Amino acid sequence: MQTQVALLHLRVNGEAHPVAAPTHKTLLEVLREDLGLTGTKHGCEVGECGTCTVLVDGEPILSCLTLAADVEGREITTVEGLAQNGELHPLQVAFAERGAAQCGYCTPGMLLSAKALLDRNPRPTEDEIKEALSGNLCRCTGYLKIIEAVKLAGERLAQGGPR
Amino acid sequence: MPKVIKTEVEFEGRFYEEYIVLEGEDLSPWGPDRDREFRFVGKPQPRVDGPERVTGAAKFTHDIQLPGMLYGRILRCPHPHARIQRIDTSKAEKLPGVRLVLSAENAPEIPWRMGLTQLFDRTLRYAGEEVALVVADEEEICYDALDLIEVEYEPLPFVVDPVKALEPNAPKVHESGNLLNGAPEVYERGDLEKGFEEADVVVEGVFRTQSALHNCMETHGSVAHWEGDTLVIWDSTQHIFGVRAQVAQALGLPLNRVRVIKQYMGGGFGSKNAAGKYTVMAALAARRTGRPVQVLLDRFEENLATGNRPSTVQTLKLGAKEDGRLTAIYHKSILNVGAYAAWPASASGPTKRLYSCPNLKTEDYSVYTNLGPFSAFRAPGYVEGTFALESMMDELARKLNLDPLELRLKNYAEIDPITNKPYTTKGLKQAYERGAQLIGWEKREEVKKTRSTKTKRVGFGMASQIWGGSGGPPAYALVKINPDGTATVITGTQDIGTGTRTALAQIAAEALGFPLERVRVELGDTQWGVYSPLSAGSMTLASVGPAVRAAAEDARAQLLDVGAQVLEIPRDRISLEQGEFVDARSGERTPVQTIFEKLLNYTIVGKGARGPNPEDKNINTFGAQFARVEVDLETGRVRVERIVAVHESGRVVNPLTIRSQLYGGVIQGLGYALTERRLEDPRRGLVVNPSLETYKVPTVEDVPDIVAEMVDMPDPEANPLGVKGVGEPPIIPTAAAIANAVADALGFRVYELPLTVDRVLMALQRGEPSRGEDNK
Ligand code: FES
Ligand code: FES
Repeated sequence: MQTQVALLHLRVNGEAHPVAAPTHKTLLEVLREDLGLTGTKHGCEVGECGTCTVLVDGEPILSCLTLAADVEGREITTVEGLAQNGELHPLQVAFAERGAAQCGYCTPGMLLSAKALLDRNPRPTEDEIKEALSGNLCRCTGYLKIIEAVKLAGERLAQGGPR
Repeated sequence: MPKVIKTEVEFEGRFYEEYIVLEGEDLSPWGPDRDREFRFVGKPQPRVDGPERVTGAAKFTHDIQLPGMLYGRILRCPHPHARIQRIDTSKAEKLPGVRLVLSAENAPEIPWRMGLTQLFDRTLRYAGEEVALVVADEEEICYDALDLIEVEYEPLPFVVDPVKALEPNAPKVHESGNLLNGAPEVYERGDLEKGFEEADVVVEGVFRTQSALHNCMETHGSVAHWEGDTLVIWDSTQHIFGVRAQVAQALGLPLNRVRVIKQYMGGGFGSKNAAGKYTVMAALAARRTGRPVQVLLDRFEENLATGNRPSTVQTLKLGAKEDGRLTAIYHKSILNVGAYAAWPASASGPTKRLYSCPNLKTEDYSVYTNLGPFSAFRAPGYVEGTFALESMMDELARKLNLDPLELRLKNYAEIDPITNKPYTTKGLKQAYERGAQLIGWEKREEVKKTRSTKTKRVGFGMASQIWGGSGGPPAYALVKINPDGTATVITGTQDIGTGTRTALAQIAAEALGFPLERVRVELGDTQWGVYSPLSAGSMTLASVGPAVRAAAEDARAQLLDVGAQVLEIPRDRISLEQGEFVDARSGERTPVQTIFEKLLNYTIVGKGARGPNPEDKNINTFGAQFARVEVDLETGRVRVERIVAVHESGRVVNPLTIRSQLYGGVIQGLGYALTERRLEDPRRGLVVNPSLETYKVPTVEDVPDIVAEMVDMPDPEANPLGVKGVGEPPIIPTAAAIANAVADALGFRVYELPLTVDRVLMALQRGEPSRGEDNK
């Protein structure tokens, strides 16, 4: 196979990451394999599980269906970028506190889908939470703790918690 | 001196005799009276490794990336049954970037599935079975190379329906025939015929359940790497010591040169109880190439080759007296175990032991077919069997005009019906009572009346759960006290997501008299962990927990001995509290680390072993679930509104994590009841929905209101912690409770799972009760 390699200028978690990668590589592959950011998970690589969710300019996208070359220059946020200055994001705190991460494999994707939701709507209803997370599968928790944690984080954020 | 004794252990509903070695002092049990003294046990405790899990720092097998790592991908057979006539890998080998191709042509003969097949077999018995492994610099190159392998298959006759597979002229999956062990597993007690003669009423039904797929979010996979002469394997497994033994045997290596590591894993649910072919392939490839090799399965492979809950056809017949007392039960199950089976499947566990019934016969037929092999799946057999048994009990209640709950209480087993031994504890009555209260069982007819409309009907149903979950020996632990007054718990168990690390830290901190944050638990590594069993069969906490407590008590005793001498306080006056020595007379407190300043790097190592289970008692877990559903008569859609789950599994160590386990089990049970099913095309012998999208695991939008509670009753006779397992119990009765609620709403029963829209609509059209026989 002929692979074309290109120099991509990615911005991940607020930092510039120039990376030479084959042009056919997905954002998921570049994040995990070239940048070593393995917090973003893969559960299917065909857009059906949501474990690979990251934010691009604040919007959740499936990184397994996105070519890295297509998001050059845009602001990419992964789970590694949620904590700021060593402080966990309120969503991370709530997930840990409420036991919303069981095996933890779906957690990074859940956190990012939830962050996109809370950034536009810090006090979502239960239905709004369900809608925002409907593309993220979890096989362990039964989802209830996740809903609970998102609600709690939203309340804390709305009350002027960190960020 | 170590003492060797013989004992009986239970695993996944089966019993085995084992020799175990006992060491150390017997522990006094933590009974209910201890509860008020506890600082950590029984208190909600967020996971000690929560931060790793929410920051992306937790390293799963899929995340292991080593310098120079190669990728291995597997070529799989496209036919349900075939023989390889010719295989030519030369073109693939010539592709730039390809480092190795392994197949039956060049791989060692390694027996697999107890010798029924090999790592690379020339006869392939299901679509998806392994044919070759390509190892290359990049994943993409692997896929290109897989296309270049030329295989000529001679297709063989196949069978995928287990009932057809039992017919005399059916294609043979194995030379020895299609029935595992050549005969059904039969269990009998009393006189079945007499029992049915004595009955005032008899009910009978044929139940069908689907094959279900685990769909762990992290697929199966391994990374293998040689460090000098030691093989290091990261494996997404529920059993690091099992993988070590299997790989050592397959490669002919001594155990001390195989190291298996599993720190975090994305679910297993029984499908990761042993090494996979991918594990051994990764190890072989790493040896041949001298480079680390990663072999991960994709979602499609996962759903073809890594196990499933077998589909069943179950015939059930109950006889009872007018007052509801059971006089006879007959239960025959045909289970589709696919191409290979590690042990016989069975759906009759709950039938044999849930109710007190004197005359009973069960027959389990494990039938080979040309489909992917079955494996344990969260309470194997009990989910399927409970659906049939508890559905039939409701039919009996209806016929006798009895309240379903009352019928169950009439047949309540006070002693185990198989062994005739009393239970250590049995909290089923409490679970019934509390569950009925929480769902509003008494008021259900009123609710049904007010809520039901012309097009929507509301129904209530319930079902019971019995399971083992005693845990048992062998399981070992060490507790080290470090010179700075911290402690390290070392075991060879694994945390598969259930919260094992946290529970063990709670137990060790409690037994040591240390603050929780000074205790760290190390597990998931065979190189320094001491043996612990696989994390399956709801046995981890009840097996490893007592060993950890024993090791902690040993360490604490040593620490007190040394502390008393260094501090010059009589031994009987000194105790440990929150990491400090306390002098009972003066009340003076001295931090533990103080004594080490004088002792330099003296290290205390406490040792603990899991003792045997009691011989004269039965240890079981119990529970009851109640469901309220709404059925739309126009669309056939079943909406589960509420599930109440009340379970008894002995002492609750961590009320926070136990609740997640209950919720998770209920949702898997709900998926099994309503949406999940592997679909097979019988004409082509292929699975047609091996993807997440088409298989339909529940999403967040399917979640009903769930009320989950434990009957928290320490079981001090079971083990010195008073704990029992809880991993499997919550999935067991869910589908049965939902099916009973649907039958209550409709006024008749659908005898087949899952209760999909089309099945409910068809049943509505037929409009009259069926006993299941006609939907063949
Ligand atoms: S990996 Fe499953 S949606 Fe991207
Ligand atoms: S916590 Fe395991 S998949 Fe969600």
